[in-house]
Amino acid sequence: MSELTRRLLFAAAAVAAFAGPAFAQDTLKLGLVAAMSGQSAKSGEAIVRGLSIAIDEINAKGGVLGKKVELLVRDDESNPAKGAVAARELVQREKVVGLFGGLDTPVSIAIVPFANQNKVPFMGVWAAGTPITRNGAAENYAFRVSAVDVLVDKALVDYAIKKYATKKPGMILINNPWGESNEKGLKEALAEKKMPYAGIEKFQDADVDVVPQLTRLKEAGADVLFLVANVAPSSQVVKSLDRMGWNVPIVSHWGPAGGRFSELAGPSSERVHFIQTFSFAGKLSPKAESVLAALKKKYPEIKSLADVTPAVGIANAYDAMHLMLLAIAKAGSTEGPKVREAFYALPKYEGLIKTYDKPFTPTNHDALTSDDYIFTHFKDGEILPLTN
Amino acid sequence: MLLISAIVSGLAVGSMYGLIALGFHVTYVVSNTVNFAQGSSMMLGAVLGYGFAVKLGWPTPLAVAMSLALCALFGLVVERVLVRPFAERGSKAWLMATVAGGIVLDNVVLFTFGKEPRAFPSFLAQKPIDLFGAGVFPLQLIIPVVGVGIAVALQIAFHRTRPGKALLAVVQNKDAARLMGINVRSAIAFSFALSTALAGLAGMLIAPLFSIHSDMGTLFGIKAFAVAILGGITSAYGVMLAGLLYGLVEASVTALIGSTYTQIIVFAIIIIALAVMPNGLLGHAAAKKV
Repeated sequence: MSELTRRLLFAAAAVAAFAGPAFAQDTLKLGLVAAMSGQSAKSGEAIVRGLSIAIDEINAKGGVLGKKVELLVRDDESNPAKGAVAARELVQREKVVGLFGGLDTPVSIAIVPFANQNKVPFMGVWAAGTPITRNGAAENYAFRVSAVDVLVDKALVDYAIKKYATKKPGMILINNPWGESNEKGLKEALAEKKMPYAGIEKFQDADVDVVPQLTRLKEAGADVLFLVANVAPSSQVVKSLDRMGWNVPIVSHWGPAGGRFSELAGPSSERVHFIQTFSFAGKLSPKAESVLAALKKKYPEIKSLADVTPAVGIANAYDAMHLMLLAIAKAGSTEGPKVREAFYALPKYEGLIKTYDKPFTPTNHDALTSDDYIFTHFKDGEILPLTN
Repeated sequence: MLLISAIVSGLAVGSMYGLIALGFHVTYVVSNTVNFAQGSSMMLGAVLGYGFAVKLGWPTPLAVAMSLALCALFGLVVERVLVRPFAERGSKAWLMATVAGGIVLDNVVLFTFGKEPRAFPSFLAQKPIDLFGAGVFPLQLIIPVVGVGIAVALQIAFHRTRPGKALLAVVQNKDAARLMGINVRSAIAFSFALSTALAGLAGMLIAPLFSIHSDMGTLFGIKAFAVAILGGITSAYGVMLAGLLYGLVEASVTALIGSTYTQIIVFAIIIIALAVMPNGLLGHAAAKKV
């Protein structure tokens, strides 16, 4: 990302924070390190929107600890080294009192040890990699409001059993660390249910034809497929299934939500049921209505529900920001150790995704559980929730 | 069943590799240089085809013709800017220059076309037809036909026609060719335009089976170069044959042994094949005339 765009983003965030009439000299600074450019740029945009709406709400009520809240945004370009440098700069030069993370698990994993060492709370709002919050540190400063791979994998298995009465599922996974993390999680989740699997097949981002892998799974008797891949490779799986004429149910991680899945995969995209933490579709809670209205007002390019994407990024970020600010308010201080203790004693918070009642404990730093996941699919280009 | 579907998949994908690899063949036989931006040229064809046919709604033949013309133009630019200045001084820097050119093009497309992968729908890739119990899209049968057809046409053109023979004469002795009245520079430039147009054609043929994005050509380019070397880059038949074999081996390894091992086994086979046949399948050692 160019210096210019970075400055513009920074300016936008700053304007949002200084929206009040008085130009506060002393602000409470929070930092975001996320992908603002490259293939995942849309995720960074969604996170900034969610965080900014929450900040606006708090600042309208006078801020936290008597200070206005300000968001500083840094682009990690999905690169762990750049993310680590950005986190260091935010903490040491800008003196941010908390960090937020983006979509890429490897970037978050690079930042978390630094956050723990410097006793700065880190809040994950997207990356689902298990070791981000379960990092083994004696004093763990990493919290998260998002899905967690090991819980997602359990939820995928539960869904396949409940919805399709699967006896022998197969796995078709992207050949990278994310696929690997879920291979481990799915195997564990299946072992817990004492369920055998038909096979584990890998494929590459650039594979045009996944029929050979899928044929192996079919011959091995797979009755449901677990799919883990981003949007473009996921659509190659669907197209290959179309060609084979194999009408097997597909239960997927949230990769397809990241882009134009229904355009890429065609009408059969509907058969892919994938996990989400939130959807703006259907009947909305009053909270969701008000957030949606605020989004439309602040970002005029949002006209319909199809523009509030990816909804998970917005919703996770919105709730995460409120929880972070509640913790700071509760601590009565911005000192890391005090804020960390306050995370364990948060007051009840009625959020966008759910009502958070004691979301964090010293042994659990993930606010969302598998009960909070919903299954969705694409219908006419929109992500709609599925009812069981 | 497993094997039949692997054969069908393998031949279809393999002919795509072959088609792009023919582009390496064309410039090599005329000038002993290759354009390492072939993968990017393939992407350019797909992106332009998408732009004209889907975005602007042009009729398909016009969109295809325009895209091919622009791909050929890109080839002329590559030759003039990235190859000729180095090759004429006897430098091998065109290797790196064409790689760099491809990266530049990928990034220009990333910023103009956008970051999100898009679909290039075609009625030839919607309803699968049954072939010995395995489903194929009609397009997957057209690609091998086009690929083999072009290989045959190139072989005939280079060895049976006067202009073709004139092109081949360039690589043997530039000065002698010039004295015989052959315009050496135009001949080489033409070969580059032809090679990028072939890659662009491959891109448009593959696009409906795949998705369009700025780095879609990278891996294709690498595999196609492996195919070109494996086939013996001097023979159009050899290159096409190597493409089909590569696709077949790739699909069969995946089907019979498992996808975890595909890349390891396929590239190991390439290394072994080159050790056993240093000149490729149908290539012949260049006689060094002193």
